[in-house]
Amino acid sequence: MTSSTVSGATAGSRSHRSRVIGRLAFLGPGLAYLIVFLLIPLGMVLSYTLFRRGRFGGVVYEATGENFTRLLDPLYLDVVIGSLKLAGLATLIALLVGYPTAYLIAQLPRKWKTIALVAIVLPFWTNFLVRIYAWIVLLSGPGLVNSALVKLGLVDKPLELLYNEGTIVTGLVYSYLPLMVLPLYAAIEKLDPQLREASANLGARPARTFMSVTLPLTLPGIVTGCLFVFVPSFGNFVIPELLGGGRSIMVGNLIRDQFLNARDWPFGATLSLALLAVLIVLLLLQAWSSRRA
Amino acid sequence: MFRARSPRSLPAAALVTGLALAVSACGGGSGETSAADSGATAAAAQLDPNADLTKQSVTVTVWEGYTPKELPEKVKEKLKFDLKVTLHDTNEIAMAKLTSGADSGIDVAFVSGQYAQALNEAGLLEPLHPELIPNLANLYPEAKELAYDKGNVFSVPYTWGTTGICYRTDLVKTPPASWNDILNPPADADKKVTMMTTERWLALPAIKALGYSVNTRSDEEMAKVKEKLLAAKPHLLGYDDTTFGDKLKSGEAVMVEAWDGWCPTTEKNIKFVVPKEGSDLWVDTMVILKSSKNKEAAHALINYILSPEIHGWAAENILYKVPNKAAMDQVDAKLKADNTPLQMTPAQLLQGESIIDLGEDSTKFSRLQTEVKAAK
Repeated sequence: MTSSTVSGATAGSRSHRSRVIGRLAFLGPGLAYLIVFLLIPLGMVLSYTLFRRGRFGGVVYEATGENFTRLLDPLYLDVVIGSLKLAGLATLIALLVGYPTAYLIAQLPRKWKTIALVAIVLPFWTNFLVRIYAWIVLLSGPGLVNSALVKLGLVDKPLELLYNEGTIVTGLVYSYLPLMVLPLYAAIEKLDPQLREASANLGARPARTFMSVTLPLTLPGIVTGCLFVFVPSFGNFVIPELLGGGRSIMVGNLIRDQFLNARDWPFGATLSLALLAVLIVLLLLQAWSSRRA
Repeated sequence: MFRARSPRSLPAAALVTGLALAVSACGGGSGETSAADSGATAAAAQLDPNADLTKQSVTVTVWEGYTPKELPEKVKEKLKFDLKVTLHDTNEIAMAKLTSGADSGIDVAFVSGQYAQALNEAGLLEPLHPELIPNLANLYPEAKELAYDKGNVFSVPYTWGTTGICYRTDLVKTPPASWNDILNPPADADKKVTMMTTERWLALPAIKALGYSVNTRSDEEMAKVKEKLLAAKPHLLGYDDTTFGDKLKSGEAVMVEAWDGWCPTTEKNIKFVVPKEGSDLWVDTMVILKSSKNKEAAHALINYILSPEIHGWAAENILYKVPNKAAMDQVDAKLKADNTPLQMTPAQLLQGESIIDLGEDSTKFSRLQTEVKAAK
C-alpha cells in the first residue's frame, strides 16, 4: 500500500464527509421541524395510551393495558366500523363522480382546462364551516329545497333531508371531492394518448381499452385520490355534528369527546392510535400501488 | 419507507402525516400530569390587608364575553394594578390550563361549581379570606348554600341558572310542562325536538323524569336512564348544545332542552319553562389559585366584580342571573320583563339540584353519552 493511495482515500472520504454535512445542513431545518412538531408530540400522545386517566384530564403515570382492551369493546368498535363504512362510502361516491370529471377536464383544450381546474378548487376559498352551514340552509325542514318542493306541490309536507347518515355522506363527498379530482386529473393528463390509439388499433373496443389500459395506468391517481378523501372523512367530527345533527358519531367525535368532555386523554390517545394504524395501512397500500405502476 | 417512495406520492405522504398530526393534536397541551386526588385543603396563606396592590398584577382566565371588555382599564383606574384577561372555551380547557404544571401563571379562574370543587379537592385553590371581600355581603343568602361549596369557602358564585325547555308558543299545541314532553314528544312536535349533547345535560331530562338525582352514581339507575334516552332518540331532530336557539327561531325545532340564559326569550314566540319534575342548578364561580403570587390583588378583583356595577353588567349583558342582590335589584325592569328567566328567584333556583363532580364515577356519564349517541 503506497502513501499516494492512502492520501487519495482520505481525500475521498473528506469530500464524502463534506457532502454529508452539506446534506444535513439542508435537511436540518425540515428535520428539526418534523422532530419538534411531529415526532415528539406524536410520541407523547402514543405514550399516553399506556397510562391511566387523570381526574381532570391529563395522565396518571401508572401503567395499564385497559385502554386497549376498551378499544375492543363492541361500543367503540362499532363506532370505528361505522366510520369506516361512512368514509368508505363517501370515498366510493367521490371516485365515481370524480373520475369522469377528471377525465373530461383532461380532454379539454388548454384554456378551458385551467378554468375548470380553478372551478374545482374554488370552494376551498370559502370557509369550511360556512359551506357546511349552507347545506343546513338548503336542506332543513323550512329550508330552500323543502319549501320549493312544497310550493311546487311535489310533496305535502317537508321531507326529512337533514340530520341522518345520508346527509353526513353528502357533506363528506361535497367537502372532499376536489381532493379526488385533482390527483385523478394529474394521472389522466399524463397518460400518453398513443397508448389508447395503439389499443384501438389492435382491435380493443373503448370499454376494453379503458379497463386494460387507462384504468391500470391511472391506478396510482385513483389510490391517491381515494386516500385524500378517505383520510379526512374517516377522522371528521364537524360534519357528523352539524349535518348529522349529532345523532350518530364517527371516530373523530369519539376522540374529540374523550379529550374535551370525558377528560380521558389516555383513551382518546388510544383511539387516535387506532386511527393512525388504519391510515398507515392505507399509506403502505398507496406506496405499493404507485411503485407497481 | 419514505426513501423508496416515488416523488409523485410524496405530497400524499406529507398530507397524510399532516392529517394524522392534526388528528392526534386534538389532545392539545403538552405532557400534563394531573394533581393527585388528595382531598385536603391546605391552610390559608397569611395575607396582608394593607398590601401595596400597585406592586401586584392579576391574570384571570374566563369565558369570552363573560366580563366587561373594559374591565382591565377599570381595574387599573380603581384598584391601581394591571389585569390581564386570558380566555378559555370550556371548563375542560380551563382545567387543562390550571392543572398542567406547578404554576399556571393564573391568579383567578372562572370555572363551573363542580370544577371548582374538583380543583379544591386537588388542593389547588386558596381558601377565600372573607375579610378582604366585603362585597360578599351583596350576595343572596341562598348563594352560600351551594352543594359543591357550602359557605363559599373556596369559590364565589358569579352567575347561576338552570336547565329547562325552551319552546315556540306558536308551534306547539300545548306548552310543555314535563321532561317527558321532550323525551316522548306529542305527534306535532315529533322530530322537532333537540336535547343537549354534553354528558350531564344529555342525561338530565331522563334522570329527572325518572325522579333520580342529577349526581346519581347507581349503575341500576344509569341503565334505566339509558333505556329512556334510547327510546327518545328516534323522536329527536338532533343533539345540540350550541345552535338550539337558532333552530328554534327558524322553526326547525319547536321544543329544545336549553340553559335558561341561552333561550332566546326576547323573541315574542319563545318561552322558557322549568319542567315540573325539577332540574339542575348550575353555577359559574370565581376561584383564586393557591399558586398565585398576587393573592391580595386577586381578592380585591373579586371584591370589585361583586360590586353592583360590574356584577349587574353580567346580568344585563350575558342575560344570566347573578347571585348578587344589589346587582339584580338594579337590572333594568324592561329587560327583566322581556327575559322571563331573569325573573326566577334564588329560592326557585335553589329547588334545582347542584351538579357536583363525581370523580371516577363521571366515566359512567361519558360512557352513557357514547352509548346513546352511537345507537342507531
